[in-house]
Amino acid sequence: MPDYETHHVDVLVVGAGGAGLRAAIEAAAAGATTAVVCKSLLGKAHTVMAEGGVAAALGNVWSEDSWQEHFRDTMRGGKMLNNWRMAELHAQEAPDRVLELESWGALFDRTADGRILQRDFGGHRYARLAHVGDRTGLEMLRTLQNRAVACGIEVFMECKILRLLTDASGAVCGALGLWRASGEFVVFAAKAVILASGGIGKIWKFTSNSWESTGDGHALALWAGADLIDMECVQFHPTGMIWPVSARGLLVTEGVRGDGGILKNADGERFMFRYIPEYYASETAETIEEADRWYDDKTVRRPPELLPRDEVARAINAEVKAGRGSPHGGVYLDIASRRSPESIRRRLPTMYQQFKELADVDITTQAMEVGPTCHYMMGGVRVDAETEAATIPGLFAAGEVAGGMHGANRLGGNSLSDLLVFGRRAGIGAAEYVKRLRPAAPDVAALERSATAALAYFENEGGENPYVVHDAVAETMQSLVGIIRTAAELEAALERLDELDEQRRRVAVAGHRQFNPAWHLALDLESMLVVARSTTLSAIARRESRGGHTRDDYPASDPEHFATVNIVTRLANGAVTVAEEERPALPAELAALLEVARS
Amino acid sequence: MTSGDGDRRAEAAPGPRVTLAIWRGDAAGGEFRAYSVPAVEGEVVLDVVQRIQAELAPDLAVRWNCKAGRCGSCSAEINGQPRLMCMTRMSTLDLTTAITVSPLRAFPAVRDLVADVSFNFAMAKRIPPFAPRPRPADGIYRMSQFDVDRAQEFHKCIECFLCQDVCHVIRDHEENKARYAGPRLFVRLAELEMHPLDTVDRRDLARAHLGIGLCNITKCCSEVCPEGIHITDNAIIPLKERVVDAHYDPVAWLGRKILRRPRPMPAAAAAPSAAADPDPANVAGPAAESAG
Repeated sequence: MPDYETHHVDVLVVGAGGAGLRAAIEAAAAGATTAVVCKSLLGKAHTVMAEGGVAAALGNVWSEDSWQEHFRDTMRGGKMLNNWRMAELHAQEAPDRVLELESWGALFDRTADGRILQRDFGGHRYARLAHVGDRTGLEMLRTLQNRAVACGIEVFMECKILRLLTDASGAVCGALGLWRASGEFVVFAAKAVILASGGIGKIWKFTSNSWESTGDGHALALWAGADLIDMECVQFHPTGMIWPVSARGLLVTEGVRGDGGILKNADGERFMFRYIPEYYASETAETIEEADRWYDDKTVRRPPELLPRDEVARAINAEVKAGRGSPHGGVYLDIASRRSPESIRRRLPTMYQQFKELADVDITTQAMEVGPTCHYMMGGVRVDAETEAATIPGLFAAGEVAGGMHGANRLGGNSLSDLLVFGRRAGIGAAEYVKRLRPAAPDVAALERSATAALAYFENEGGENPYVVHDAVAETMQSLVGIIRTAAELEAALERLDELDEQRRRVAVAGHRQFNPAWHLALDLESMLVVARSTTLSAIARRESRGGHTRDDYPASDPEHFATVNIVTRLANGAVTVAEEERPALPAELAALLEVARS
Repeated sequence: MTSGDGDRRAEAAPGPRVTLAIWRGDAAGGEFRAYSVPAVEGEVVLDVVQRIQAELAPDLAVRWNCKAGRCGSCSAEINGQPRLMCMTRMSTLDLTTAITVSPLRAFPAVRDLVADVSFNFAMAKRIPPFAPRPRPADGIYRMSQFDVDRAQEFHKCIECFLCQDVCHVIRDHEENKARYAGPRLFVRLAELEMHPLDTVDRRDLARAHLGIGLCNITKCCSEVCPEGIHITDNAIIPLKERVVDAHYDPVAWLGRKILRRPRPMPAAAAAPSAAADPDPANVAGPAAESAG
């Protein structure tokens, strides 16, 4: 067994994005010794990429807004697959969480009377997103980072967690990690672990996600015996950059459409009016005149460009397939003809800079070419809504790695509020849990097996190149488990993933253990492959279309059966299995909120 | 400079090519190695580095995250200039010769393009945190966009540390790191100082422990800032002025003496031992027991 060092804490938080830092701040405030471990440097987590804003019914711009409205929009956006209790807590608590950030130093854009300004976004009835231009995520992450530092929370940077540790009873009691810089192992003995590791985007070829989004938390939970839910529900954001090729997938904020931007095809047609689903017909404008009035007059219906993301992504996909795409295979997103250059530069400075510097496009005079990009995993670790406890003792999850909150499709802006609301709750949940506990002894044999297995890649000679295997995984998922799915393609993906997992076992890493990216990628591939399999199996199991999960062979949603079940993923004898399990029924008073007639 | 192991493959594909000379090595030393790959339209330096990593040098160490100029991870020196690799387009460089890519020189080498930037995190811990005035009776902080704009400029900082890298006070004088926080931390100080709600006075700290006086406003930091923050003009110079006001204003000085009420300064900042010891170990690798 290789040597390792050991650190003892009450609560270990895996991930230093918004959810992880928010959880750590709360756990520490509740008296638990808390440490955060992250794969990158502190302050680089994917939260910095969040652009448009954080959704909270503050009612600063439209006093008609309320948590009930936010709850309704969230549930409808999620095609009712959401864990209703999470959606309720989220809508109720988001405003306090945003105001709390303000008292920790965040500076949001202001209304004329000096309060927090809110902007329009897809699927939200009212302008609801507190924001800082188009760099809201950076503001939030830096605020939480500074707060965590001020609270004296220890942050272990550039450390990859390989496996969770469990005791004889199966409860989680820590984690085995790897210092990326030195290649040495480290054990975190913890009474509870909060997973806040973010998403899985790197499983796809075109994604808005960074290299870190390899599904580590999903995989760690599965390997430790916890349940995942809704893993078939993957969000493809409708507007990613598509050119230059190397920038393909980079996010173009929904704020562009929230601020008035429209989508056009190669014929110059504002095509979204042709893609209004029945489900949203009563709240979506049918004419350009009505749509354009909506920004200042909420008594008319919302522009179709602001339908939820799943609808817009499918529409763009269909336009391109029908041969009405732009030269590089996307559609046009036009704000230049809609707003003044000054307004665009002030409200969308990052987009302006991104297109100017990477694509030679001036978005104040030219349209952007955009297309769908893999953006967000709605599914994830199955948690208790109140405490974020997973289905095994000692494990908690918050943020993107947790499932349920967003159902089958997440509304823009609801991710930043999710990580605040449930990060805090996970921190409280874990701190409460550890109060009753004495430190447990990890299964040392399992720990040593994991460490030895991690080193095996150095022993394989002349084997596979991990970068090539990763490309193949991403290519497979992109072409076979993409926006539009069929049983035949999903089955083909499973076969291919089997082959690729075999190749992954034969990956050979050259060189030594110090900061060796090929080795890190080989280890990340373990997570990616088990998560890719979970997603594919779940996608096969849900024989209907709902939110981010679209089956060409089952194009309709199934209100009788599949609306009532979650697809649950768990490991049985080392193999990924899926099962349908009944969802908790919506209480009558919340159901009534969803049925309120719209004016 | 030696030739990387990629040149054999390089000959295979036709068409225009690009060559990067990448610094390979660690704390013990290193050298530039040349890697040549086919040119691809629209690429940035980081794209080429990643292709080299995937095809020619799998163990090439490099940091990156967002690949969109938003996270500040992929800082390096490109042809000697501190830049973000993800925002430097190949088409803006002279491709007729090898483009050099090396790690930030102001910080210790870890491996290849990865430098040990823990100095910055240790320094950040010395700055007393934001402490707002109490909320008004109605619970709503009201601030004008005009007031917010001023501090928001500093909130744009992505902590790429290019300003730290280019600042000659630490780039050329390692010994100054014990008493000089550098432009990034001055931006942080300015952000707090100009925050409409903050109540803490950090001016003595800036002068006595963070070395704002050592900056001689050559503006190198402002020139390399990928976010276009006017570091010198909007952060450092106003800070210097405020420090001077606080320190040399005889009326303020007399007032402090007579009233015996020192400006509030939290314990962490005042403790001289903490100030003199920016220990990287406190950030990433605290003392640990050994086992196994």
